[in-house]
Amino acid sequence: MSKLIFIELSKIFHKKRTYIAFAAIFLISSIIQTAIYFQGDKYLSFATRSLSSSFEFSGNLLNGYLVGFIILQSLSAYIPFLILLVGGDLLAGEATAGTYRIMLTRPISRHNFITAKFIAGIVYTNLLLIFMMVISIGFGIMLFGVGELIVFHDKLYVFAQDDIIWRFLLSYGFVILSMTTVLSLSILFSSLVENAIGPIISTMFVIITFLIISALNIEVLDSIKPFLFTNHMSAWRDFFANPFEISKVMLSFSVLLGHIFVFYFLTVIIFKRKDILS
Amino acid sequence: MEETNTEIILQVKNLTKKYGSLVAVNKLDFTAYRGEVIGFLGPNGAGKSTTIRMLLGLIKPTSGSIEIFGKSFSKDRIEILKKVGAIVEKPDFYLYLSAYKNLDILGKISGKEIKRIRIKEVLELVGLKKRSRSKVQTFSHGMKQRLGIAQALLHDPELIILDEPTTGLDPQGIKEIRELIIHLSNDLKKTIFLSSHILKEIEIIASRMIIINNGTTQIEGKVEDLLNSSQMKVRFEVDDTAKALEVVKLSMWNENYVETEKNKLVFEMDQSEVGELNKFLVENSITISSVVPIRSLEDYFLKITERATE
Repeated sequence: MSKLIFIELSKIFHKKRTYIAFAAIFLISSIIQTAIYFQGDKYLSFATRSLSSSFEFSGNLLNGYLVGFIILQSLSAYIPFLILLVGGDLLAGEATAGTYRIMLTRPISRHNFITAKFIAGIVYTNLLLIFMMVISIGFGIMLFGVGELIVFHDKLYVFAQDDIIWRFLLSYGFVILSMTTVLSLSILFSSLVENAIGPIISTMFVIITFLIISALNIEVLDSIKPFLFTNHMSAWRDFFANPFEISKVMLSFSVLLGHIFVFYFLTVIIFKRKDILS
Repeated sequence: MEETNTEIILQVKNLTKKYGSLVAVNKLDFTAYRGEVIGFLGPNGAGKSTTIRMLLGLIKPTSGSIEIFGKSFSKDRIEILKKVGAIVEKPDFYLYLSAYKNLDILGKISGKEIKRIRIKEVLELVGLKKRSRSKVQTFSHGMKQRLGIAQALLHDPELIILDEPTTGLDPQGIKEIRELIIHLSNDLKKTIFLSSHILKEIEIIASRMIIINNGTTQIEGKVEDLLNSSQMKVRFEVDDTAKALEVVKLSMWNENYVETEKNKLVFEMDQSEVGELNKFLVENSITISSVVPIRSLEDYFLKITERATE
C-alpha cells in the first residue's frame, strides 16, 4: 500500500496542474498582503468605525495574525476550485490517458488503488493548506509583526497573542477536513466518467446548489440543511469565538467526516464493479 | 513449428460478456499450453479486445470461467497477475514521466522486486535505452509500442498477452518484435497469447490459433493442421493458356477451375490433388512453368469468418 501511495504522490507532483493551486494561493495571498501593507490602516479604521466612539484601540492591530485571518476568510470559499483541479483528475485522468490498462493489469487490488488515490489526494490537500498557512501567517508576521487579533464573528472578539496560534491550527485542521470532503466528492465523480472536466463541473455544481439551498429561507428545505456538507464547511470560524461551542464544532466535524466515508465507500463500490473500457 | 508442452496455462470456458442486450462475447472456449504462441484472430468487433480485457481483469465476465496457471482468475487475480505481462490495445503511459520512470512505477507494483538493471535491460531489449530519460510525450507511436512491450516483459512473466504488438512499428521493428516473440517462446518457454490483425504474423509466429467471430470460437487448432485441412488455391503457370483451358473445361478438373490470370490458371483444390492435376496437364501436352499454392491464412481466415457471418 505504501508503494501505491508513493506512486500516486509521485504522479500528482509530476503534473504541472498540481502547482497551479500553489501558485494561485501564493499570488492571491501576496496581493492581499500588498494591499493591506499599503491600505491596511484604512481597512482597520473602516472595520472598527462603529466601535471607535466607545472603545480605544491601541497596539499593533494590523499584524500578521489579522492578515492570516483575512486571507483564510477570503480564500476558504475558493480553495475547493483548487482542490478540484487535482481531485477531479485523480481517476478520470487515468481513464483519459488510458493508463488504467497498465496499472490495473498489475497485481494490485482495485480497493488499494482507490485508497492510495484518496490518501495521495488528502496529502495534496494538506500540503496545499499548510502552504497557505505558512504563506499567509508566516509572511504576514514577517511583514506586519505580531499583536492581538481582532475578529468580528457575530460580535467583536479580541484575542491575546498567546491565545491565537492554537486557534489557527485548529481552524486550518478544520478547513483541511472541509476540503477533504470536497476532494472525496470529486474523486467519486471522477470514478464515474472518463475525463476530468466532468467531475470538476459536477462537484462545483453540487457545492453551488447546496450553498443556494442553504441560503434560501424556505421552510421545507430547513430539515435538509443540517445534512448538507457545505453548511458545515465554514465552522472553522467557530474557533475564533470565545468561548467556542465545542458541540457545534463536533457536529460539523462529524457531518463532514461522515460525508468523506460515504463518498469513499461509494467510490470503492463503483470502481470495483467498473469495466475498464478506456 | 516448435514443440509445445501439454501443461495448460490458460483455460477459458463458456466465457460470456453482455452489455445489456448486446452479446460481445458468447460462450467462448479455448486453451493455451505452456511454451506455445497462440494466435488470436477475428475481424473488428469479433470480441477479441473484450476477451483480452476479461483475461486481465479489466472487464468482469457476465458468466463463464477463466483459469490461469490452474487457478481461478476471479479468486486468485493478484497471484495470477504476478506472472502475467500484457499489452492491451494501444500503448498508453504517463506522458509527463520518462520511459524509465514509467517502468519504475510499474515495476514497483509488479509483485516482484525489479532492480534498476532489469529496467535498463528491457529498455535495451526494445531499443529504447538511449531515450530512457525522455518523457513519453516526446515518443512516436512506434516507440510507445516498444515501451509497451518493455513493460509487459519487465517482471519476467510466464504468460504474455499481446494485443496487436507490432502496430505502428516500421518493418525492421516488426521483424525484431517477431524475433523477440519467437525467442521468448522457444528459448524462454514463455506462453504467448498473441492477438494480431497481421495474419501473416500469426502464420509465421503462432503454433496454434483461435479464430473468433461474433464473440464465439469459430475454430481452434494448430496453424499447420488448420491450413492443411482446408482447400487451397493453386496457380499453374502454363505455356498455352487457351489450350490448357480447353483441356480443363472438358475434364473433371473444370469443377476446380476458378479463373485465368494472364498465363496462369487458378484452381481450388485439396493439397493431395495438386499432383494429379499436374500430371493431367502434362499428359495433355501442356508445359507447366510453375505451380504456386496461394493458400494462406488470409484466405482461410476470410472463409471462416464469412461462413460465420452467413
